[in-house]
Amino acid sequence: MRKVIMGNHSLSYGAMLSRAQVIAAYPITPQTQVVELLSEMCADKKLDAKFIKVESEHSAMAACLGASLAGSRTFTATSAQGLTLMHELLHWGSGGRMPVVMGNINRAMAPGWSIWSDQNDSLSQRDTGWMQFYCASNQEVLDTVIQAFKVSEKLMIPSMVILDAFTLSHTYEVVDIPDQEKVDEFLPSFDPPIKLTSDDPRAFGGLTSSEHYFELRYKLQKDMEKAPALIEKTGKEYQDLVGRYLGAVEKYRCDDAELILVTSGTMGYTAKVAVDELRKEGIKLGNLRIKAFRPFPFEIVQNTLKKAAKVAVVDRNISYGYHGIFYQEVKSALGGSDSGPGVFGFITGLGGRDITPSSFKEIAQYALKKDKPEENIVWIGVKR
Amino acid sequence: MKKKKTMKFSIPEEEFMNPGHLACQGCGATLAMRYVLKGVGGRTALSIPACCWSVIDGPFPYSSLDVSIFHCAFETAAASASGLKAGLEMRGDTETTVIAWAGDGGTVDIGIQALSGAAERNEDILYVCYDNEAYMNTGIQRSSSTPYGAWTTTTPVKHFKNRPKKDIGAIMVAHEIPYVATASIGYPEDLVKKAKKAKDIQGTRFLHIYAPCPSGWKSRPEDTIRLSRMVVQNGIFPLYEVENGDKYKMNIKPREKKPIDEYIRLQGRFRHLTEKDIEQMQKEVDKKWERLLKKCEASNK
Repeated sequence: MRKVIMGNHSLSYGAMLSRAQVIAAYPITPQTQVVELLSEMCADKKLDAKFIKVESEHSAMAACLGASLAGSRTFTATSAQGLTLMHELLHWGSGGRMPVVMGNINRAMAPGWSIWSDQNDSLSQRDTGWMQFYCASNQEVLDTVIQAFKVSEKLMIPSMVILDAFTLSHTYEVVDIPDQEKVDEFLPSFDPPIKLTSDDPRAFGGLTSSEHYFELRYKLQKDMEKAPALIEKTGKEYQDLVGRYLGAVEKYRCDDAELILVTSGTMGYTAKVAVDELRKEGIKLGNLRIKAFRPFPFEIVQNTLKKAAKVAVVDRNISYGYHGIFYQEVKSALGGSDSGPGVFGFITGLGGRDITPSSFKEIAQYALKKDKPEENIVWIGVKR
Repeated sequence: MKKKKTMKFSIPEEEFMNPGHLACQGCGATLAMRYVLKGVGGRTALSIPACCWSVIDGPFPYSSLDVSIFHCAFETAAASASGLKAGLEMRGDTETTVIAWAGDGGTVDIGIQALSGAAERNEDILYVCYDNEAYMNTGIQRSSSTPYGAWTTTTPVKHFKNRPKKDIGAIMVAHEIPYVATASIGYPEDLVKKAKKAKDIQGTRFLHIYAPCPSGWKSRPEDTIRLSRMVVQNGIFPLYEVENGDKYKMNIKPREKKPIDEYIRLQGRFRHLTEKDIEQMQKEVDKKWERLLKKCEASNK
């Protein structure tokens, strides 16, 4: 069924089709429509789930973790301040191996108060042990929620499905809503072998000495390392059933590109427009949109970018005192090779400043003009 | 023929707590758990935030309890329990009693927001606060449940705690939840009865248990039970229950309310107090006692 829906409702439909059993959420702009629609779906019995209307994001995540530990499929959604309030519990979710799926609407962190998009909220959760998927369309949001449950529950590692504030959360697009039967076939019900029950009493997450802690974290990393292959596999399975492929990246005209843009989120769509326009002018431009930030798709990134002469990483985020965050990751992935492409880092669009095709043209022209990167941050669109 | 003599136990014999736990000598929190589980039974799951009990239970992969435990973040006992209950019910388990089991700091300070939220939603959980009147696990720092006059490592004798203990019972009553009760490990029959009663009530139940800490109170381990009875007899920690926010009942009414002096002198944490300080404390205890009596009387009218 095709429907015109907003990005936030894509998250809700994704959770509904995944048959989430427990939802605990707290409202925050621009996430509110996600939970509004879900509470309606629960009230109308379109979704057989318990919706816990908690008093904070912190309690939202705590309740999700409890429900997940009891063996129920669990979903929540938040944004910016709410996500960062959850920070402690994000570590708890991955450390406790609770495969919650959460929608996060990328919104700039206060102060000053901003409800507009940038990625610092989710990227500052980089090391919490959650998988992170940055989406570029409402269709991708819906499909990714379903895939995230599958990957998360297989690995017992939680996932974040991320979309830009307003440019996606409040933008209406045509979305194909897959049949429930097909989703059920793709995503069987959640039944972890180890869960909290009173039939088989166990203590979860107790005092752990240095005798055991290290191994628990080693296992988390080893399972995270299985994620790239699993994302690829489940992406193909989904394609067989629903007809749409879900991967860790989206490559656009990269094969013969001399300069490849590296983007994420909705700007990855805008970049494609710029690629097409500049190619008409004879510039061999490509776009690599990174969807899975954790696990980071090293192999694909390396293989895609190594053929280009130059790479321009565009960050809608910043690690203060260092550089753009995707820029760091890409440089690290390409590191150690002198023959590799020159990697340029650009920062733009913080706090929701528009990123347009002309932003990418400016970026491409800069990178093409210079023989090699002269500075780690090239600012695009900032008033100085 | 001689009649066979048997002893009748006043509380259930069945144990859900095993030897091998890590509590200190004379620990009140340990008895609180043992008695509550006797009252509630084995079909129970606990959420335990950071507190003495996250240590007492024993290190991974061991546990001294025969019930499931979710060791959760400090401020999340009530929210974690809410999620656990929902998760169990969605799997078809409506039998298991979910208990949020927290110390006083995890209840009256860092966990009060989640607790208030859960109580307002009337989550079907039993919240138990075992109150040892300070952050004992971290080494005796004051909490808002520390009584007036007490020494702790963050309220040294020169600046002893100069604010009264937060009245968490009254706060919970104000949420109009079905059941709020106090209990003391010195009155196990009353405690077990309340745990059992709470188990069978639907909605949020709150049980506030007085649990001495010899290490933190500088009291003798062998005085734990004595203190737990004295505190009821002198009216500092009255045993009462409140149903649906307004029906008060005093469960143990001392025939003659005792002065607080002896109770105070048994604890090193009050050693610095002058006669005048104790007199002032007595006045406060009397005032609160009278206030509670009035509420109980009003409920009987």
